[in-house]
Amino acid sequence: MANHKRDIEIKAFADHQVITQPNPLRKVLRRLKEKDLDDPIARAEKALAGLSGEFKNWMTVEADRLSAAHATILQNGFTHENCEELFRAAHDIKGDAATFGYPSAGAAANSLCRIIEHAPELAEVPSDLIAHHINAIQAIVRERTKLDTVSMASELSRQLRGVADEFLMKANRDRPEHLEAILAPSLVPGD
Amino acid sequence: MFRIDFNKLRFLVCDDNPHMRRILRTLLHSFGAREVYEAEDGATALEMYSHYVPDIVITDWSMPIFDGLELAQMIRQPESKGNPFAPIIMLTGHSEKRRVTVARDAGVTEFLAKPISAKGLYQRILNVVANPRPFIKTKTYFGPDRRRNTSNAYIGPERRVGGEAEVLQQPSLLDKARSTV
Repeated sequence: MANHKRDIEIKAFADHQVITQPNPLRKVLRRLKEKDLDDPIARAEKALAGLSGEFKNWMTVEADRLSAAHATILQNGFTHENCEELFRAAHDIKGDAATFGYPSAGAAANSLCRIIEHAPELAEVPSDLIAHHINAIQAIVRERTKLDTVSMASELSRQLRGVADEFLMKANRDRPEHLEAILAPSLVPGD
Repeated sequence: MFRIDFNKLRFLVCDDNPHMRRILRTLLHSFGAREVYEAEDGATALEMYSHYVPDIVITDWSMPIFDGLELAQMIRQPESKGNPFAPIIMLTGHSEKRRVTVARDAGVTEFLAKPISAKGLYQRILNVVANPRPFIKTKTYFGPDRRRNTSNAYIGPERRVGGEAEVLQQPSLLDKARSTV
């Protein structure tokens, strides 16, 4: 860990201060030598590949958590806590699924996150729309090992996104800030 | 070209998802890091931040109790006893531009949208280690300079007002903080 004294310099301006200091982490940097063949990124990718045997189980756990959150809503209604849990479960799949080798499940989860985030009233979203997203994610995870399901999974998530976007654009026609967010491009290519 | 001695860095990873924490731990250890502390919510992360004084924080956004955004805001308290300057990398499933702006305004140093990759994480860490930005303190903001490029073209309401600089020498806040730990 870098641990050395730092002298902070503060330049005061009319409405702000600019605070600079010697780089506290400079001691962990070293110039790359020509003969240095070590590749930390390749090493990390290899380690990640070593975890891949666990990804199917992890993805099943994530998909089951989503289904459980949905079941709680069906049983106890759209309370704030229930909706939060549904969003967090979908949001985790959105972020993790591609790393675990299930990009189409991630895309379907992203579509579900958009519904939860931008629907004026989640209780008024057609119940089939939410259920179809969750069923699709479960099916993609369950059938992942069949090669012929890959393109079907991709088409399924694409179709869901189309239906969800159509619903969101109609539901938010009087809410320009949500419309803008719905139509804004993602930072992640292929989202 | 530079290389980072990861074994000299102390990381704090905050994510409520145990699978993502495992992924992050695996990546950081593979890079060479030895000290990786983990928290599953913002409140625990804040406690660990004060206790372990990490060099770099990697946090998720959406978490129970308080989220990654609030964690960043709590770390970026200029008058706090802890180190308010540590680089914060926000690793999140949020992938909208407006989210980047909100994270930036909370004092986040780097933003990394999931899905995570070894290359993306390494580059963000290299960037915060090799290219630290000065900190800016205004009435409403304390954090890394939000301008990555210098431009005089901006004339909007958030334009900083210049004027003659007055340079004040201050004792290191971090040294003060560490002496109290």
